[in-house]
Amino acid sequence: MAALKLQVNGESHSIDAVPEMPLLWAIRDVLGLTGTKFGCGVAQCGACTVQVDGKAVRSCITPVKTVEGKKITTIEGLSSDGSHPLQKAWIEIDVPQCGYCQSGQIMQAAALLATSAKPTDAEIDAAMRGNICRCGTYQDIRKAIHRAVELKGGKA
Amino acid sequence: MSTTANPIRFDLTRRGFLGAAGGLLIGLVLPARDADAQKELIGNPDRRTPAPAHRPNAYIHIGSDESVTFYVTKSEMGQGPTTACSQLLAEELECDWSKVRVDFAPVDPALYGHQGTVGSQAVRSTWEPLRRAGAEAREMLLQAAANQWGVARSQCRAENGFVINTATSARLSYGSLAEAAGKLPVPDSVTLKDPSQFKIVGKPVKRLDTVAKVTGKAQFGLDARQPGMLYASLERCPVLGGKVASFDATKAKAVPGVKDVIQTPRGVAVIAENTWAAMQGRKALTVKFDEGEGASVSTATIGATFTKRLSETGAQVKKSGDVEAGLAKAAKKLTATYEVPYLAHAMMEPLNCTVHAREDGAEVWASTQSPTSTRNVVAQELGLPVEKVNVHSLFMGGGFGRRGEGELDWVLEAAQIAKHFRVPVKLTNSREDDMQHDYYRPGAQTAFTGGVDADGWPSALRASIACPSFGMMRDGVDGTAVNGLSNLSYEIPDLYIDYRDVNTIVPVAYWRAPGTSQNNYFAECFFDELCALGGKDPVEARRRLLGRTPRLLNVLNIAAEKSGWGTKLPAGHFRGVSVGINVGAYVAIVAEVSIAAGKARVHRVVCAVDFGSIVNPAILKQQMEGGIVFGLTAAFKGEITFEKGRAVQSNFHNYMMNRIDETPLIETFIVPSTEAPSGAGEVTNPSVVPSVVNAIFAATKKPIRKLPIDRVSLA
Repeated sequence: MAALKLQVNGESHSIDAVPEMPLLWAIRDVLGLTGTKFGCGVAQCGACTVQVDGKAVRSCITPVKTVEGKKITTIEGLSSDGSHPLQKAWIEIDVPQCGYCQSGQIMQAAALLATSAKPTDAEIDAAMRGNICRCGTYQDIRKAIHRAVELKGGKA
Repeated sequence: MSTTANPIRFDLTRRGFLGAAGGLLIGLVLPARDADAQKELIGNPDRRTPAPAHRPNAYIHIGSDESVTFYVTKSEMGQGPTTACSQLLAEELECDWSKVRVDFAPVDPALYGHQGTVGSQAVRSTWEPLRRAGAEAREMLLQAAANQWGVARSQCRAENGFVINTATSARLSYGSLAEAAGKLPVPDSVTLKDPSQFKIVGKPVKRLDTVAKVTGKAQFGLDARQPGMLYASLERCPVLGGKVASFDATKAKAVPGVKDVIQTPRGVAVIAENTWAAMQGRKALTVKFDEGEGASVSTATIGATFTKRLSETGAQVKKSGDVEAGLAKAAKKLTATYEVPYLAHAMMEPLNCTVHAREDGAEVWASTQSPTSTRNVVAQELGLPVEKVNVHSLFMGGGFGRRGEGELDWVLEAAQIAKHFRVPVKLTNSREDDMQHDYYRPGAQTAFTGGVDADGWPSALRASIACPSFGMMRDGVDGTAVNGLSNLSYEIPDLYIDYRDVNTIVPVAYWRAPGTSQNNYFAECFFDELCALGGKDPVEARRRLLGRTPRLLNVLNIAAEKSGWGTKLPAGHFRGVSVGINVGAYVAIVAEVSIAAGKARVHRVVCAVDFGSIVNPAILKQQMEGGIVFGLTAAFKGEITFEKGRAVQSNFHNYMMNRIDETPLIETFIVPSTEAPSGAGEVTNPSVVPSVVNAIFAATKKPIRKLPIDRVSLA
């Protein structure tokens, strides 16, 4: 065990954890932020997606020691009240069914919009294909990302 | 109508529930029909609790703060019953929809009877009772207002959370009337609205659970956290039916964070300070297993069992005319055996359950389709009276039948571990645990012989079903396992269908659209083979033979028209059609595919459904689209195989899912109807499979008689 310093959603935390512990479990079990989900443990489903320095990262295979001092954002830090354009679009279109994968979907989409101001369907598919939705909300995810672009541009 | 700001808690404790009992709390009796439907579906009567007669089993609470809270006994796995049931209540209550909150009811058989969400029954079983309950509450509020004003009840009308005095236009809010209304008797009879007057039912109102689900606040079973909680990971024998012979925990106990290692009837459990430490500790275990007879089982031996059973006589499922005579006089005949593999449920949220076993009772936190059975399983394992066990029902990250009835293995396993501790213990399955210790959608085979008459129309059909039983057997037939063939709608003069159970060591259970998930594929794809044999257009042949099922004919016509059936397609594109009656809904799908480099790609899926009366078309559209994606995974990718008694597939790298870039354009059409409502969650996933396979057949002229498609070279 070691004391590790994490910057999560703008707050500094000092946690006691083995350095190899995946960021996912540090976030969920140690810090108690349960919005980030466990789906596969091997970076195959994307349910655990968070952002590290603005990039989408699979927290289930990211050792916590490798993100010390970096800026970590989870779904709780995207906005606490659902006011981020992606969350607003997700709400407007009512994307979620069971909802379990949606934190990861939104965090992945947020990283996409950070680098691509107005992605095409093909760009959305390429960026989002690592995120499984077993309920099959993909068509609405595409729509919601396009809608978020509109909301971000202040057109609505 | 905006409902997105609705507060939602979805973690109701008994204390919280009783504490809310000020104001107007109306109990209502949900019907026996629900229980009957479940008895038929579940077939496990010893774990069921009979619904109490004439006692309330659902609640509406109206607070003096104008809040309207519905305590929903249905579980939410994404299919939307919390919203749909709330719409039914709100419609007759005439409350302000923006004030509606919904919460999961605590488990209490004395109040609610058996609480479970299976078989797409949530809306079908509550359609009238919930409206009646809303109407009863409205009448009590109207009477309370009439009493306060000293006027006749007929001088009062309810609107958007207020009672209005029609003579004076004076208004009293529901909140201000709640206390007085709560003291009035429940009216003996109420009049329900004509559906033409519905303001909320039938409208695409927003789901009540969306905000919680896009902000990370929705609490799923895996999110349960309690002070002092420990985390468990369970090492089970990898061979089906095997058990632990001996183990050495020395290294596991040395893993940082590991607190304890214990043997349970199901394996060796590592208990730790966090999930990761528990998983690491488990990896450090040395376990010797007694693999048992299961070690010799493989997909090949299971296949041989199927072949043997298919050669044996089955029990009659359906008969009309004389199939032998019909086949003898057929102009052309065809024989084919169809096959589907075992499938895992693969819900995104791995199975988990948190149990706090105290001396005097227990608390359980679970994402479960059956809160009542969950309670019973824990009570039995801990030796507690059921009323001492409190179940906190949380959101499910998918269910698809796995979190339904049956053994509730993951709940039992959690209780078996937690009984050794006096703090809450959460058992979390890894993805590999879920996939390799599932209760699978059974593999199944159906052998067909069919014939067409001199004009080329299908005229005789024999279907012999071989499928492991996972429902209730009656006269040698598992009514669920034959679903999708037993309700075949075609008017084929000479028809005979039989069924035989297949015993294997592989545990099987309900999986989204039980029975129909394979039988719709079998029936509809062999039907297209007969169409090809007779030189008939698949839509034309279906039209001709569906004359006695007008609702199915109607959706077929809609799907054919909307898809442009018969019109020219881009070069290399082909269409396929399918129809089916699933959980009471009539569905027709036309899929458009192309083939390149031996692989099929689905470009477009047009789906028409007649659900009967509808509560929320937006939720139905979600279920139609989502079911199609779920079905595409089963059609193209899904396959669990066994070697040496072990499930081979372990995670999403080798049990693959349809992803966003493989998802076609999906167009949905819902037929307006005033017929009785159907289910929604299990309508399209069975039917998309044959539509796609039939499109590939149209392209290649070679039938695909065994799934998944990705195993077949389409060159």
